[in-house]
Amino acid sequence: MAKHALSTRLWHWINAAAIIVLFMSGLNISNAHRHLYWGDYGFDPKEAWLSVIRFPGWATLPQHYNLALARDWHILAAWPFGVGLAFIWIAMLANGHFRRDLATRPSDWTPAGVIASLRAHSAGGADAAHGYNSVQKILYGMVLGGLLPLMLFTGLAISPGFQAAAPWLLELLGGRQSARSLHFLAAWGIFGFFVIHLVLALANWRLILEMITGGRRAAQASPAIATALPAEGAREHG
Amino acid sequence: MVEIPRRSLLAAIAALGAGACSKIAESDTGQSLFEAAQGGHRALHRALAGRQGLAPEYAPEDRSPSFRGNGSVTVETPFYKDQLAKGFPDWRLTVRGLVERPLSLTLAEIRALPQRTQITRHDCVEGWSAIGEWTGPQLAVLLDAARVREEANFIVLRCADTLYGSAYYESIDMVEAYHPQTIIAHALNGAPLPEKNGAPLRARIERQLGYKHAKYLTAIEAVASLDGIGKGKGGFWEDHAGYQWYAGI
Repeated sequence: MAKHALSTRLWHWINAAAIIVLFMSGLNISNAHRHLYWGDYGFDPKEAWLSVIRFPGWATLPQHYNLALARDWHILAAWPFGVGLAFIWIAMLANGHFRRDLATRPSDWTPAGVIASLRAHSAGGADAAHGYNSVQKILYGMVLGGLLPLMLFTGLAISPGFQAAAPWLLELLGGRQSARSLHFLAAWGIFGFFVIHLVLALANWRLILEMITGGRRAAQASPAIATALPAEGAREHG
Repeated sequence: MVEIPRRSLLAAIAALGAGACSKIAESDTGQSLFEAAQGGHRALHRALAGRQGLAPEYAPEDRSPSFRGNGSVTVETPFYKDQLAKGFPDWRLTVRGLVERPLSLTLAEIRALPQRTQITRHDCVEGWSAIGEWTGPQLAVLLDAARVREEANFIVLRCADTLYGSAYYESIDMVEAYHPQTIIAHALNGAPLPEKNGAPLRARIERQLGYKHAKYLTAIEAVASLDGIGKGKGGFWEDHAGYQWYAGI
């Protein structure tokens, strides 16, 4: 049995590309008005709760300031991102990935659970062959169930054409400028996850190969064999 | 160990991807992808909100303390300055193009029509928002009075101001033109429109971004196609900067 379902792998790479385009074009869009506000309105930089730097060309898409083209990219990549997020949630619920690997138990949230995760990791256990540990479940859950949906809903809410469809969404988010601030904060939250995720994956590049080929779920096939042949679980981890 | 400057490495990776992206963006395929994506958002918005779905309206105490002026903040002609000083006695708004009965209206005639007052939020493409109370007749009232012909597919909003040497204009489709909140505003927060906000008349297209809300209006023109108007992309910013014609995203 494959460690990563085809649906997971497809979504992972399409979503990765979409997020890179959205993040870099988003930084370009941020340069148009670098001030963030809470509430419904906000236009005076003196009233901003945060004024951010002008993001340099090398970090933005396109690589020079062009609001129209940046918005073209943002509007395009929003489709694979939004549709993809709905797709992966349906797939995860249908194929058991969510229940098996991501749903947490109360014990995952205890300090003991977190410490056990960290120990298991340093002993060579950051491997989905044995299921995700508590820290992984919590982090992946926060991204898939928290940051990514927040990104989607705040993005929809700040579109003036969408607000007529769901005015309650803007109210829930505390107004249009609040939604825009949350959109910005969630983007950096996802960037933080991206960095950690990338560093840990590069530390064990086979994990990246497995996200392409699917890998094999060794330990669950037969616990007896897994015990007799610990090589699969005990391989090197960076 | 070789010291790789991390920032340059990151920049190099970004440039490699961005280089590929600019190739895509410049290609015909890229352009049609962008257009399809934009059309998809419009279809989604229209399907979910309906043609007549309303933008949120606010209470008087929700208004922003002032209303920012952006883009053109005046019209640089002696006629405009003179009219501004006198309260626009000779200003005319014409309704023309594919209509049975072209109109030429004074401000007094526009104020005498049935009025709609709405407190709405104005979202600029740059990201900021302001809230104000607008008053004026619905565009639908003017279009019905002029009896728009069946062949009309778009309403072009003609303006007195110029930006970078070109006349400002905008256009909307008939769904947006007949939307109940689409008004020709002559008042902001109970007073005649200030100069920076488009005196004496501006459009309010409440489900779209600020650049659609054409200021210093001189004419409303019903057309079958946007070809041959400006550079043919349906608006000043669309023509000159490549902004999206559907400004609801």
